[in-house]
Amino acid sequence: MTDTYAKQLALVIDLNTCVGCQACVTSCKSWNTSGWAGPMTDDNPYDADPAGIFFNRVQTYEAGVFPRTETIHFPKSCLHCEDPPCVPVCPTKASYKRQEDGIVLVDYDKCIGCKYCSWACPYGAREFDESEGVMKKCTLCVDRIYDADLPEAERKPACVLACPAGARLFGDISDPDSEVSIAIREEGGYQLMPEWAAKPSNHYLPRRKSRRVIHADELVRADNPLRKEGPLPKPDEKAPSLDDVTSW
Amino acid sequence: MRPAFSVIFLTTLTGAGQGLFLALVAGQFYWVIGATPVLEAANFYVLGSLLAFCFLGIGLLSSFFHLAHPERAWRSAAAWRTSWLSREVIALPLVMGLLLAYGGVHWLGWRPVLMTFGNMKDLDLPMAVGYLGAGAAILLFVCTGMIYACMKFIQEWASPLTVLNFTLMGSASGFVFVTAYAGVMASPLWDFYAAGALILTVSALLGRLASLLRNRILKPKSSLQSAIGVRHRNLRQISRGFTAGSFNLKEFFHPGSPGLLPFLTGFYLIAAFAAPILLMAIGWRYQSAIFFALAFVIQYAGLIVERWMFFAEARHPQNLYYQKAA
Repeated sequence: MTDTYAKQLALVIDLNTCVGCQACVTSCKSWNTSGWAGPMTDDNPYDADPAGIFFNRVQTYEAGVFPRTETIHFPKSCLHCEDPPCVPVCPTKASYKRQEDGIVLVDYDKCIGCKYCSWACPYGAREFDESEGVMKKCTLCVDRIYDADLPEAERKPACVLACPAGARLFGDISDPDSEVSIAIREEGGYQLMPEWAAKPSNHYLPRRKSRRVIHADELVRADNPLRKEGPLPKPDEKAPSLDDVTSW
Repeated sequence: MRPAFSVIFLTTLTGAGQGLFLALVAGQFYWVIGATPVLEAANFYVLGSLLAFCFLGIGLLSSFFHLAHPERAWRSAAAWRTSWLSREVIALPLVMGLLLAYGGVHWLGWRPVLMTFGNMKDLDLPMAVGYLGAGAAILLFVCTGMIYACMKFIQEWASPLTVLNFTLMGSASGFVFVTAYAGVMASPLWDFYAAGALILTVSALLGRLASLLRNRILKPKSSLQSAIGVRHRNLRQISRGFTAGSFNLKEFFHPGSPGLLPFLTGFYLIAAFAAPILLMAIGWRYQSAIFFALAFVIQYAGLIVERWMFFAEARHPQNLYYQKAA
């Protein structure tokens, strides 16, 4: 059951850039606990055995064998699948995917707290709120991105604004000319667990090595035919100049 | 997956109730086709329907404990086009309603002939309601089984065996109960029911063994590599991103120790299948209902453990993301 959507908003997360600072995790909780999707409740926050809800986690993985290892920081939130397995299973239609922008949301007033949708998500993106008795999940900051009171540049999910490394891109992946679509197309963007055909909208950009080769002749000035170091002779004030360096 | 006791009681109790309903209808059909000359008293069906109704009712009540907002449960019939859970929510009251109708027409002795077949056999109202009820009971088994079987990435569940086993185990439980009940009521259907209970319990054992074998050789489709999209042979989690508790750690992992699982598997294979088969063989040989009553109780305890293991065996792919605290 794949519907067509006017837009498909999504995140593109660059694993090559993410430094694992957790700023997206805390800014997400900070914004959403007091926003439309909140509260994001905690159990025993200052006591033994604390627990709580997050819409976004940054995990850390390691590839290779010591000492030749590579650390991979991996942010994970709801992927807003194009064919979300969590939506059709909801018996009350509390879980839904918005036609206008493809965001997957939960209507807290209809949710009966049966947790069946969380079973149906292979990514573990949904977290149940014990104290409110409803299922909660990432809203892609639906209460921010359309807020006309905010400056245009701030109409983005809190996690995207918080990322100091610029590892998180936000946009419409159904528009081939959007920043996110270009990043997916040109930087090898991929989906998580493609084997379940949920078509996650959030994409990840792979780790990649960027090496710079410096040739020996690049270390020597090429525009010094006289092999003389020091200030260049001043050309005449009226003489035509080839570049800004030699002009007055 | 973490076993939820509300769901365990729901599925085992409604299973027994549906099985009992199927047994009553099967018994009536057995008489109608002329396999036994003695007519079963209407009281047998009336009390039997009431007992089946109780099983389903307690099961339904138990399901409410699974909901965080039971007062909104009425909403859960909304998504019947897409959700097997929604379909179950519709099918369960349907079976209960048909049970009341079935017991009711027997109690009222209201048996107008609806049609006569070529072989001069009549279809009367109680039998017709019985057919509808049996159909609804089977439909409910399919809905309940499909709730689990439709989760394609929980590979232990995503199999026709799930639906088959829910049906066979529920039916076996109902038939064992009805045999004990028929013994107490001195019913002429006793031998028919005893044979049915034995055949269904043996079939359920074979079905469960098949799913145990299937789970043993199952290859998980998802791996850490596909979960984070890093194609490296040597990949491991360093941190799941938090040290505290979370829903993801609670809901998708079973609380049992690794040593407990084989023990529980052995327990339910004996309690739900082997012991009842033995008890029923003795009870049938000596025509003693008490053995069937005992078999039902032991089998029910075994089925609770079986359902617990059904959850515990299921490995959810989200667990790949939650392997290590730090």
